[in-house]
Amino acid sequence: MANMAQAIRLALHYSEKNLQLKDVFGQDAGAPLGGVFTATQGLKTSWNTPLDERGIISMAMGIAMAGDRCVAEIQFCDYIFNTIDLLKIAGNTLWCTNGQYQLPMTVMTPVGAGIRGSVYHSHSFDSWASRIQGWKVVMPSTPLDAYGLLLSAIKDPNPVLFLKPKALMRVRGDELIPGEPADEKELKARIDAPIGDRSKWKPEWPGVQDYWIEIGKGKITRHGEQITLVSWGRHLLLANEIADELKQHDGISVEVIDLRSIYPYDWEMIKSSVAKTGRLLIVNEDTEVTNFGEHLIYRVVQELFYELLARPRLIAGKNVPGIGLHPNLEDATVPQKSEIKSAILEIIREVP
Amino acid sequence: MSYSKSMSAKSDGKKKGLVKIANKKQVQTKSKDTAKSDSLAQIPDKTLIQILDLMIKSRVLEERLIKIYRAGESYFWIGGPGEEAWGVPIGMLARKGEGPKYDFLHLHYRCTPTLIAMGMDMKDSIRLMMNRVTDPSTGGRNFSNHYCFPKMNIAPVTSPIEVQYGIALGTAHAQKRLGDNAISIVTGGDAGTAEGDFASCLIWASRKGNELPMLITVQNNYWGISTSYEGQHGESAIADRARGFNIRARVVNGNDPVESYIALKEEMDYIRRTGKPSFIESKVSRLYGHSSASGANFVGNEEDCIKSFSEKLISRKLVTEKDIKRMWETYEAEALKATEDARAEGVPAAESIWDHVYANNENSDWRKF
Ligand SMILES: Cc1ncc(C[n+]2csc(CCOP(=O)(O)OP(=O)(O)O)c2C)c(N)n1
Ligand SMILES: [Mg+2]
Repeated sequence: MANMAQAIRLALHYSEKNLQLKDVFGQDAGAPLGGVFTATQGLKTSWNTPLDERGIISMAMGIAMAGDRCVAEIQFCDYIFNTIDLLKIAGNTLWCTNGQYQLPMTVMTPVGAGIRGSVYHSHSFDSWASRIQGWKVVMPSTPLDAYGLLLSAIKDPNPVLFLKPKALMRVRGDELIPGEPADEKELKARIDAPIGDRSKWKPEWPGVQDYWIEIGKGKITRHGEQITLVSWGRHLLLANEIADELKQHDGISVEVIDLRSIYPYDWEMIKSSVAKTGRLLIVNEDTEVTNFGEHLIYRVVQELFYELLARPRLIAGKNVPGIGLHPNLEDATVPQKSEIKSAILEIIREVP
Repeated sequence: MSYSKSMSAKSDGKKKGLVKIANKKQVQTKSKDTAKSDSLAQIPDKTLIQILDLMIKSRVLEERLIKIYRAGESYFWIGGPGEEAWGVPIGMLARKGEGPKYDFLHLHYRCTPTLIAMGMDMKDSIRLMMNRVTDPSTGGRNFSNHYCFPKMNIAPVTSPIEVQYGIALGTAHAQKRLGDNAISIVTGGDAGTAEGDFASCLIWASRKGNELPMLITVQNNYWGISTSYEGQHGESAIADRARGFNIRARVVNGNDPVESYIALKEEMDYIRRTGKPSFIESKVSRLYGHSSASGANFVGNEEDCIKSFSEKLISRKLVTEKDIKRMWETYEAEALKATEDARAEGVPAAESIWDHVYANNENSDWRKF
C-alpha cells in the first residue's frame, strides 16, 4: 500500500500525464530531494525555487493567469503566513474581475503537529484557510483520499489548498490506488529514490488510473447511532480508533465523519448524521478560538437546535502561541485520545 | 517635486542610461541618440502626433474622472495624470492580444495612458469610475483605474502595492515555456519598491539559466502618498537594484515621450530577442496628488509632459496650436458624452455579491451547501 507521500507523488505523476499539469515547484521540491517529505520526488515537471514563499505563491498565480496548471508547495504551513494577502488575492481575483480571470492553481503544504516539530513545524492552517474566500480547502486522512482529492484539486478551475497532515505522510492506507502494484516493496523499488547518488535515477511509474473525490464531499468512516464525531486529517485516524474502542469495550456506537473538504464542506452529511444521533463532537488541531469547528457548531445550533440531545462540543488546539517541543507541552496543546474519549462519554451521558 | 527637480531627474536619467548598463557597447550608442533633443527624428512624424493625441485623450479622461468625483458621482479617484509620456508608449508598443502568445501587462493604478493607447474605450473607464454594472473590468466592484481586460492580457489591477511584480513572474514563465517571444510587462511606483515583492521579482526573473522575459519598470514620481522619496532610499537609483542581479537596467526621463518610446522599444526588442529581463526606471510627475483623498488638485510645480511635448511638436511645426486645441475639444466632448451614457446605465444588484465567488457560481453561499 502506498503511503501518503507516495500517493501524492502518484497523483502528480498522473496529472502530468493526463491533466496538463505543467509545473510542480517549491523549496527543495525538485531533484535531488523531491520535497522534505519526498512527495514530489522523481516528477518530470518539479523544480526548486528560491527560498521565497511570496514568490512561490505569486508565481503560481501568474502561471494560472496564463492558463497553465501548476502545483506550488509551501514547505511547511508554518511559513505560509507571510503569503496570506497573496492567498487573499488569489481567492478574490475571480470575484474582483467579475468572473473574468479564473486561477486554477493548487497550493499544497504540510500541516499539524505529531512529529515533535516544536513551535515552527507544528502549526495548523485549516481554520485560517476557511477564512480565505474563493479557495477550496481540502485535507485528506488516507493515501487514497490524498490521491483522489489532489486530482480534483488540480482539475478544479478555482484555487485549491491541499493540506497534508505531516504526521500521516509515512502512514499507509488499506485501499490500493487504481493501478498501484499490490506489493508495497515493488512500489518502493519503482518510485522511491535510492539513498546516495540519484543523478541517474528515474522512477518507473506504475500505470495509475484516475480516481476522483469530489471536493465538498465527506465520508462516513464509522457508522453509528449515539453520537456524531466530525474530524479531518490526522485526528480522523484517532477518531476511528476511538470509535472502534468504544464500540468494543463500552458498547457505544459512534458515527465518524471524515470531512475531507474544509470548504466547501459537506453540510448534508453532517446534518443528516446529527439529526439521527442528536449529539456532536468536532475534533481538530487548529487553535480553539474562532476555530472552523465553531462555524459548524453554529450551523448545527441554528438548523438542528430542537433535535439536539446534548450541547455540541469542540475539542481543538489550546489557544496558546505555539506548540512546545517537550512531549508534555505538545500533548497538553493538541487534542489527545483520552480527552476525546472522555468528552464522548460526557456528551452521551448528558440528558436534555 | 519641483519643476527644477524634474529637470534634474531628466539629466540624471541621461547620465544613468549612459553609464551603468550591463550590455554597455550596444546600448551606449543607442542611449546617446535617445538622449539627444533631436531624438524626435527617430520616430515618424505620424507616430509623434499619435503619441500626443493619445496623451491628451488620456489626460482628458483622467480630468473627467476627477470631475465625476467632485460632482459626487463616485466615491474615490486615483489615476495617472502626469504619467502619460511614459504610459502611452507602453500601450503602443505592447503586443496586444489574449493568452501567453501575447504580452501580459501587470499594471498599477496609474496606467490609464497605457490602456488608452491600447484602445480602451473612454466609457469603460468611466463605467469603472461610476461603478456601473456595465463596467467591464470589475462590474462595479472596484476603484477607478483598477482595470482588467483579459482580451488584451491586462491582468487585474489590485490595491495591495507591489503584488503584481510577483504575479508577473508566472505569466513570464508560461510565455517562456511557449516560446513565442511574448513578454510580461510590470509597472508600479517608487515607494512600493520597498516591498519584498519587488525583490522577489528581481530574484526570480534573473536566475541563471532560467531568466524570464520581463520588462520590469518603476514609475518614480518621487512620492508615496505624502512621503517623499528623499529619506526613504539609500540606493542612488532604483535601477541600481536591478543591476545587482545582472538585469540590464536604465533610467529614463518619463516626462519625455520620445525618450520613453525609444527606450521601451529597445528594451522590448532586447527581451524578445534574448528571453532575458530588462529594467527601466522612469522619472515622472504626479500632477493631481496621490488621489481624491488628498483633494486631487492640480499641483502646478511639476513638469507637465503634455505641455512640454505640445510645445516641442509646435516648434517642430508638426502640429499647430489649433490642432492641439481641437484634440482637447474632441476628447472633452467624447468624455462628456460617455459620462452621460454611463450615468444612465444600471448599477450592480445587491444579490450579485454571490456571483463569481467560485467558477461557474457553484458553492458561493454556504447557507445553500
Ligand atoms: C501593501 C500596501 N500598503 C499600503 C497601501 C496604501 N497605499 C496606497 S498607494 C501608496 C503609496 C504608493 O506609492 P508608490 O509606490 O510610489 O506609487 P504612487 O502612488 O506614487 O504611484 C500606499 C502606501 C497599499 N495600497 N498597499
Ligand atoms: Mg510614487
